[in-house]
Amino acid sequence: MTTATAASIHSLWTTLADSTPGAAGASTSTLFPAPKIEYAQLSPVLIVFGVAILGVLVEAFLPRRTRYTAQLGLSVVGLAAAFAAVVALAADGYASTKSHIAAMGAVAVDGPALFLQGTILLVALVAAFTFAERRLDPAAHGSRVDSFAAQGSAVPGSDQEKAAVKAGFTTTEVFPLLLFAVGGMLVFPAANDLLTLFVSLEVFSLPLYLLCALARRHRLMSQESAVKYFLLGAFSSAVLLFGVALLYGYAGTVSYGGIADVVNGSAKLTPALANSTATDALLLIGGAMVVVGLLFKVAAVPFHMWTPDVYQGAPTPVTGFMAAATKVAAFGALLRLLYVVLPGLRWDWRPVMWGVAILTMVIGAIVAVTQTDVKRLLAYSSIAHAGFILAGVVAVSPDGVSSVLFYLGAYSFVTLGAFAVVTLVRDAGGEATHLSRWAGLGRRSPLVAAVFAVYLLAFAGIPLTSGFAGKFAVFKAAAEGGALPLVIIGVISSAIAAFFYIRVIVLMFFSEPRPGGPSVAIPSPLTSGAIGLGVAVTLVLGVAPQYFLDLASKADVFVR
Amino acid sequence: MDHLIGALVGAPLLGAGILLTGGRRLDRTGHWIGCLLSAASFVIGALLFADMLGKSGSARTMTSHLFSWVPVAGFQANVSFQLDQLSMTFVLLITGVGTLIHIYSVGYMEQDENRRRFFGYLNLFLAAMLLLVLADNYLLLYMGWEGVGLASYLLIGFWQHKPSAATAAKKAFIVNRVGDMGLSIAIMVMFATFGSFSFGPVFSHATSASQAKLTVIGLLLLLGACGKSAQVPLQSWLGDAMEGPTPVSALIHAATMVTAGVYLITRSSAIFNAAPAAQLAVTVVGAVTLLFGAIVGCAKDDIKKALAGSTMSQIGYMILAAGLGPIGYVFAIMHLITHGFFKAGLFLGAGSVMHGMNDEVDMRKFGGLRKFMPVTYVTFGLAYLAIIGFPGLSGYWSKDKIIEAAFAKGGTDGWILGGVALLGAGITAFYMTRVMLMTFFGEKRWVPDADGHEPHPHEAPRTMTIPMIILAFGSVFAGGLFSLNSSFLHWLEPVTGHTEGHSPVSTVLIQAATLVVLALGLGLAWVQYGRQAVPAVAPRGSLLTRAARRDLLQDDFNHVALVKPGEYLTRGLVYLDHSVVDGVVNGTAASVGGLSGRMRRLQNGYVRSYAVSMLGGTAVLVAATLLMRGV
Repeated sequence: MTTATAASIHSLWTTLADSTPGAAGASTSTLFPAPKIEYAQLSPVLIVFGVAILGVLVEAFLPRRTRYTAQLGLSVVGLAAAFAAVVALAADGYASTKSHIAAMGAVAVDGPALFLQGTILLVALVAAFTFAERRLDPAAHGSRVDSFAAQGSAVPGSDQEKAAVKAGFTTTEVFPLLLFAVGGMLVFPAANDLLTLFVSLEVFSLPLYLLCALARRHRLMSQESAVKYFLLGAFSSAVLLFGVALLYGYAGTVSYGGIADVVNGSAKLTPALANSTATDALLLIGGAMVVVGLLFKVAAVPFHMWTPDVYQGAPTPVTGFMAAATKVAAFGALLRLLYVVLPGLRWDWRPVMWGVAILTMVIGAIVAVTQTDVKRLLAYSSIAHAGFILAGVVAVSPDGVSSVLFYLGAYSFVTLGAFAVVTLVRDAGGEATHLSRWAGLGRRSPLVAAVFAVYLLAFAGIPLTSGFAGKFAVFKAAAEGGALPLVIIGVISSAIAAFFYIRVIVLMFFSEPRPGGPSVAIPSPLTSGAIGLGVAVTLVLGVAPQYFLDLASKADVFVR
Repeated sequence: MDHLIGALVGAPLLGAGILLTGGRRLDRTGHWIGCLLSAASFVIGALLFADMLGKSGSARTMTSHLFSWVPVAGFQANVSFQLDQLSMTFVLLITGVGTLIHIYSVGYMEQDENRRRFFGYLNLFLAAMLLLVLADNYLLLYMGWEGVGLASYLLIGFWQHKPSAATAAKKAFIVNRVGDMGLSIAIMVMFATFGSFSFGPVFSHATSASQAKLTVIGLLLLLGACGKSAQVPLQSWLGDAMEGPTPVSALIHAATMVTAGVYLITRSSAIFNAAPAAQLAVTVVGAVTLLFGAIVGCAKDDIKKALAGSTMSQIGYMILAAGLGPIGYVFAIMHLITHGFFKAGLFLGAGSVMHGMNDEVDMRKFGGLRKFMPVTYVTFGLAYLAIIGFPGLSGYWSKDKIIEAAFAKGGTDGWILGGVALLGAGITAFYMTRVMLMTFFGEKRWVPDADGHEPHPHEAPRTMTIPMIILAFGSVFAGGLFSLNSSFLHWLEPVTGHTEGHSPVSTVLIQAATLVVLALGLGLAWVQYGRQAVPAVAPRGSLLTRAARRDLLQDDFNHVALVKPGEYLTRGLVYLDHSVVDGVVNGTAASVGGLSGRMRRLQNGYVRSYAVSMLGGTAVLVAATLLMRGV
């Protein structure tokens, strides 16, 4: 393929940044350029990190009884302010005409980045509400407690833990941890060089490992899940980092635009470069390994094994946040990598991604059929959904980008809401997550069961829910992008998936309640708000998706 | 004035809305609200009528566009009305007779605790029927058509605690579905042919369409008409529909709804005129039904079922006339109106008799009632004279014209159709005289019922007798009034068109023949039921009598020809569903489940095996990427 056609195809979904200050600095490469940081354009990230640091200070200096209120207030205000900053940037035109690369080429400020950052911030805001819920667990020794361990460092079952519980301790550190994770997730889909990508990956992963270990009930299972997540996460990070090194070895740069230029041959060939690009093996292996690192985060088969275990063991509010926000951030990064760095290689990676998408959809749907635990069921469901989103990713078209953006927005609210409902169904041992315990829930708590049914129908992609609109958008983009077999397999997988979603509805509404079954806790307005918002978004995006589809399609051009 | 047309439909619709949603607090006043809104619709109709009389020529057609119903490019459905002479005639009949029957029902349904709901349904019926005759396009007409079907279903099954009533309602609904399907397909073919279903464009382009298409549309419209108007072969529901309260039988299953088929054919005259084959089918259906209904009417001992047979037969006359084309349309509608008066009068009379006889319907248990209920006797008697075509009364003027027009069709067809119509007139005289004699003459034959209550026949209350008296006036004078200076002909001609028929035999001869068969039928009935006492238990009767008692085996025919094959088909499909479809589905489900069970074993909980899977996955991914390039 000639350079000209490659460039013209590339320009379908990317736009060249106008003369950036960074480019001027590069021409005088002999001097070490003074870093120029566009603080205003990075403000969403800076606000979140700033508030997170404030949160740490709160933990250090405020008395224990005031920390909960202070942390919740700080988090909500910080996330809302960051969201406002994203909206302001988008309104200012940074999502379209003024999109460019900030912070010395490290961070892109463009449509997809702002759209995904907005989504992550909203998800995080709602997640902060579910983190702060304190009415579900019975009060321990007179003080209200949330889903998190009394003292994270206490050994489960030890005297120290008993003392902490008796003292009514709560782990308010979860809020700064949440904010650090959110900060990393904001950078992840906007990262414009491989090092920023890696650093932001670690920034959001490490707090998540910690959060997973902090469940109040089933602490051993929670800690086990955190260790598994940490080990496998570290393994995948290593693979990613290895890939980064190989790509650097190939192109002599870690910046996305620089690698893309080398790949499509428009870069000036230095002798060293001519030597390293003589064979494409470095590029192909390195690209594949970076992609593997990202596929681990989106839970694509065969890098999905951690998902059910971690989703089951983590505190449910964390699971909801993780399932929603991590997926958004990781798919954003994957899109940028494939669409900005590797479009010149799409004939190489598309067939491979086809295979991954098919495996992910089919295996996610099939294994979910025999699950007996709600959280594991939702975990496999999230794997299958990763497959559906991958189908949109391999479309390699602007429609593919916008459909994936829409799907991510729709899916994250459904997921968050569904896990929030899971926190409500409880018995003496905490959440009753075994499916058999949910039998007849619709008879006892029709409202909660109906809300969960709405979420399940959205997962299944039934019309008039956001799930249908999203699935339709990605399948349409994939079919138009020439991936019709993928769409057919996707529809078949959806049919299999519909079986286990609807089975839960049948179980809730058409089975006799068992004696001694779980009861539904009455949540505070925090969780009710999160669940209600989820239902509202699900129905609005399902009934009138056009406005949001338009919004997503306005944000489908990457800067490079 | 034009904008008042919407109010014609709106008033009873409002009534239905109020009565059906108002709840128990309207129980005391609901029936009067229903009467008031029905009367309001009649008053509006009368005002529009006066306005129309003041205009002349094409200015008499009023239109009123309410809103666009389905505005899609290439598919425009409007809610708009067209009020011309034909619609006006129907509006006055529907609202006039409708209001009378509303008032009658106040007395008739006095003891019923669901009277409010009854009036709600009646108002709903009026609104739907008015929509049907006022629509300016077939789609809106279809809406009214389905609306009257719904109202009819609800009212036949009004006493749904009686299994027979519930079954009858379902039967009426299902049989009507067949006809409705015909009408809906007709509208679709129409849209495909003309690109529109508004009366104006369709009728003006009717002659440009191919003969085959016009014939198909005509036959499908006829199927629709057969369903709603209880014509052979879709006639079986009308007899059972008599399970509904008698005012319903009078209004819906005698005077108005069942004549919708006649309206449909007359309204679509442009299509039928251009499709002679369809027209012939219409006359055949009409002729067959008029004999069919008359024969059934001769054998029934249930007074309402005898009258139902008669209704079928009289509508057969109208359909026959409508099938004759421009020589018959006007007379079809004229007979429709006069029939509306005398048949409603007969049913209300029958209701009055039942009211006085503890809801007894078997005529063998009546007899000699003329002394006990003189008003009913006189009004019923006048309606009876009108229906048999006694010279000077309404039925004489309208039915005679139809017989003449049938002969005037010419050729063998004309002779056959005319002969059938003439024969029908004789049979009509026979069965109606039979009803009259068995009910009001002879010795009293009523006996105490199972609980030992002897009926005490008595005259009905004023709310019931006044509507009967008014209808009796119509039965006597309407036909003569319409024929005076051919006033009805001149009134309706601009809409339906009219050509004078030329009968191969002289008109005087036909009239004389009609009177002869009338006298024969009357005399025969008197010989059988007047001169000798009526046995309290029906004699076995001839083969024809026994068949006629079973509605000429119509249900048996339907059972053998339609229900049984349907059952076999259903059973076959169920078998197919259970064995093949379910087999495939369950097999797939089982194999997916099995696969799932095996695959979940890979999820063993050990980090080391997860890491191996990731490592393997990475290796495969890298290898695959390299293979793609062939490196």
